Amino acid sequence: MKLAIKLAFRNLIGAGLRTWLNVIVLSFSFVIIIWLKGVMSGWDQQAKTDMTNWEIGGGQYWHESYDPYDPFTFSDSHSPIPGEFTGEIEKGDMEPYLIAQGTIYPQGRIQSIMIKGINPNQSIFMLPAHKLDTSMTDAIPSIIGSLMAKNLKAGIGDRVTIQWRDNQGTFDAAEILITDIFTVSVPAVDQGQVYIPLDRLQSMMGLEGEATILTYRNSESPVVDVPGWTHKPKEILTAQVDEMIKMKTTGQSVLYAVLLLLAMLAIFDTQVLSIFRRQKEIGTYVALGYTRRQVVGLFTVEGAMYAVFAALLSAAYGLPFLAWQAKAGWTMPVDASDFGMAIAQTLYPVYSAGLVVSTVLLVLLVTTVVSYWPSRRIAKMNPTEALRGKIQ
Amino acid sequence: MENSQIIRIENLVKRFPMGKGEFTALNGIKLSLGQGEFAGLIGPSGSGKTTLLNIIGSLDVPSEGSVTVLGRSIGALSTGEAARLRKENLGFIFQSYNLFAVHTVYENIEFPLLLLKYPATERKRMVTDALEWVGLTDKIKSKPPQLSGGECQRVAIARAMVKKPSLVLADEPTANLDAANSHNILKTMVNLNRELKTSFLFATHDDKVISYLRRKIFLLDGRVDNDIIISN
Repeated sequence: MKLAIKLAFRNLIGAGLRTWLNVIVLSFSFVIIIWLKGVMSGWDQQAKTDMTNWEIGGGQYWHESYDPYDPFTFSDSHSPIPGEFTGEIEKGDMEPYLIAQGTIYPQGRIQSIMIKGINPNQSIFMLPAHKLDTSMTDAIPSIIGSLMAKNLKAGIGDRVTIQWRDNQGTFDAAEILITDIFTVSVPAVDQGQVYIPLDRLQSMMGLEGEATILTYRNSESPVVDVPGWTHKPKEILTAQVDEMIKMKTTGQSVLYAVLLLLAMLAIFDTQVLSIFRRQKEIGTYVALGYTRRQVVGLFTVEGAMYAVFAALLSAAYGLPFLAWQAKAGWTMPVDASDFGMAIAQTLYPVYSAGLVVSTVLLVLLVTTVVSYWPSRRIAKMNPTEALRGKIQ
Repeated sequence: MENSQIIRIENLVKRFPMGKGEFTALNGIKLSLGQGEFAGLIGPSGSGKTTLLNIIGSLDVPSEGSVTVLGRSIGALSTGEAARLRKENLGFIFQSYNLFAVHTVYENIEFPLLLLKYPATERKRMVTDALEWVGLTDKIKSKPPQLSGGECQRVAIARAMVKKPSLVLADEPTANLDAANSHNILKTMVNLNRELKTSFLFATHDDKVISYLRRKIFLLDGRVDNDIIISN
């Protein structure tokens, strides 16, 4: 094996440009596969972090009737905040949300919204809730996301009418004053959402002391079994992101496969050509004391060595590139806010040692198999004809 | 110089499939070669010279009869045993040199020693010696495409001789060389035969080679037609 490695090294270095062309193609595959996987991993991490910071905290308790996909459940999805949580809420480690369905009338248009009542002093979410802590009598202070503001064509200081139904089923309307517009990569926090102070919404709805969702800060908090409320751990709440990433990863896998296929095609092509072109050399190896199986081994090691060279070349230019990308991020050329999913405009790839090692091993393994495949022909060659360079 | 037998051939027959039938390339060869001989298989194209050389070199096997090289029966050797015989005891010189084009002269000559797992320092000494035998010490870093035909064949000789094999098999070694280079090469081989006591067996129909042989084995239609030993 040691000798095969030494000879393969000499043969590849001696082959010059032919070797380096293959190595360059293969190294592109290395870098792009690692980069794409890093982007996916970074996206996954970013989506979960943003969801945690903006929407789900360390986990939630949902009112048993609440179904985020069915707005008709919202009118029944509320009940008094359970006494078991009073201590945590007072310490600021749990925040109640009240959710009501409503309608907004921006500049004569009509749009369905979700009105969310949130404590202006909360510190679990990154929402600028403190902007709701404004004393005013003629309008309800509210904050909205930048996408929502774009849809409404509204800015800070604008007043817009909203309508809702209270717990008795009576329609009521009031003006809201937009006190802040925030930017977030989690669409569920932005699109169609209007945030107002919790006590105002409770009062508007006639639901004093009631809530729809209770969000706690620490994901390791002990789970309390409270009748009428369903515990939703963080893993369940981020499962959708996991599913989405999994789906995207499947799509990306096709791209990896195409990249690998192109690189492998180059290796396979080189191997097939080598076996035809190097007949005399193969015969000479046998004449000098190699068995045909050892020659197959030598050619296979040569092929696998392309992957080793490619890994080294990738390290030379790929590591600085990947490190720069991890720092500077990859800004998408189109507006990511229109994607309808939790994706930031700039994604920061995250690479793990496992990702790099597994990619290198995968490419090495596939290259070895692809090199071995055509090399098996050598085992069937007649050495006397190979010595004369006769095509077999 | 010649004493113990290194090649013994009894009733060798070699047939190759041809169309629906068979072609007999060698037919009842009986021959022996002693250590230190400088002999040649002489005959026109198709007389069976290369086929016989290939069988002696364990690159091919007899259809019938027995071929014993250095005490080992060629027909009975496994692939691994045959490879070991070639690696340890035989040297090959080919008409078209068969050098590794991407390796340097040094690496080409070093190759048989790598197979034999000689330590690096010894390899270096042996390659240097071989380069001196063939007068190519100044071409150590050159690659075969940078050398003339004569130089290439001298590298091939050095590669065949570097491990000091018991037997060197040379198939038409001067066929691609001009007269001056041919004589140069042949003189080198004669010297090595004398100094290292290595046996040489040529396959040739080149008069220049024939003039250097001390034993001339004439083949015709796959049979030994004549076997002449030239006395000193």
